[in-house]
Amino acid sequence: MKPGSTAAACAALLRRDLVLVWRRRGDALTPLLFALIVVALFPLAIGAQQDTLRHVAVGVVFVATLLAGLLALDTLFRGDYEDGSLEQLVLSPHPLSLLLACKIAVHWLTTALPLIAISPLLGELLFLDPALRALLPLALLLTTPLLSLIGAVCVALTVGMQRSGMLLALLVLPLYVPVLIFGAGACNAAQMGLPFLAPLLWLAAGLVLALVLAPLACAAALRISIS
Amino acid sequence: MPTPDLHDRPALLEARGLSFSRNDEPIFGPLDFALHEGETVLVEGDNGAGKSTLLRVLAGLLAPTDGEVRLHGEVLTLANLSPQVALLSHHNGLKLDLTAVENLRFAAGLLGVRQGLSPISALAAVGLDAFGDVPTRQLSAGQKKRVALARVLLAPVGLWLLDEPYANLDRGGIELVNRLLETHAHRGGAALITSHGAYAYTSGAPRKVALRPGIGNRESGIGTAAEDRA
Repeated sequence: MKPGSTAAACAALLRRDLVLVWRRRGDALTPLLFALIVVALFPLAIGAQQDTLRHVAVGVVFVATLLAGLLALDTLFRGDYEDGSLEQLVLSPHPLSLLLACKIAVHWLTTALPLIAISPLLGELLFLDPALRALLPLALLLTTPLLSLIGAVCVALTVGMQRSGMLLALLVLPLYVPVLIFGAGACNAAQMGLPFLAPLLWLAAGLVLALVLAPLACAAALRISIS
Repeated sequence: MPTPDLHDRPALLEARGLSFSRNDEPIFGPLDFALHEGETVLVEGDNGAGKSTLLRVLAGLLAPTDGEVRLHGEVLTLANLSPQVALLSHHNGLKLDLTAVENLRFAAGLLGVRQGLSPISALAAVGLDAFGDVPTRQLSAGQKKRVALARVLLAPVGLWLLDEPYANLDRGGIELVNRLLETHAHRGGAALITSHGAYAYTSGAPRKVALRPGIGNRESGIGTAAEDRA
């Protein structure tokens, strides 16, 4: 009788979650389409004045990304909770926080990374300032993992409840606000020619902190949720 | 194999004064029983008697209201879950979008494998060798149960906690569960299984733990438990 290694367990979980996303790749595209639709509707709604659109471009892309992430958030642990896989994860001999970190990583890779990849296109739709073409994806690259990690803790708290969507939004939005302010703030500062490094460094610091603490908080919250 | 000095060693699983209440409503207990290597114990009780809850407490997924659970003599807490338990709950823990073999490969990666078994051979052991590449979604309820049993069989653990292992199974499936339990007991494992009585445990005479608060007299707030050699 030999239990497997923790690395093998993480690899098995990463592989399984990626295969599951691939089998349901239509569903996985929902956040991407949502963000695309939101951004594409703005020029139609407020008119095609380039100056107005350029002024709001950063904010719209950030808000669309944040809401698309919120849309996908509930699915993070829901499936595993409903079919009993979560119990099996909890009962495994490996650190639950590490296993959950793997799940969050797959979730970020499959929901946020495609959004970052198309963010230049989203920017173009809104006549984004050419000076921000490189900075916007970079800011999103720091912002979205932070949103995923913070969101995961809230999902872990609410996964045991039926119809927890509204509660989840209420829990998660106040925590998302500072991240949004720093992320969009960096881009807005750059647009006005002001120094923008400080908010990015704040985001990076927050991300490091969340990388360490959020999986632990997630594990504790899930243990409560499944009991 | 059971030996005379078996009961001198710490029990694989031991419940001492174990009781559980949800929102001040007693579900079961207090219970006292021990499970030694090579034993199969049947938990009997009506629907709603708290059998599933008992298994979740014994697995460490729920904290008992009173009393304690000991695994190999060590107290079980939420923070100190034992890797020695395989739980089959009424959720099978299978991903419907994966095939049976993929589900078992994942379980093998997560928990390791029992010596001499592989996901394929475990699937063959539950009689599903022809269904390895079929998405679990397309399997019947009984076949899904068999895949879940294969997962339990595959895990390199000594203690099985099986919640209604006979549910949804045909006659052959019931015999299969009995055969698996017998083999497991012979190699020194132990199993606690629940049943509401409609399916018979046929091989040998397992010990029984009866849970009887039942829905009817739960209002009285007193759960009684009896352990006897059947």
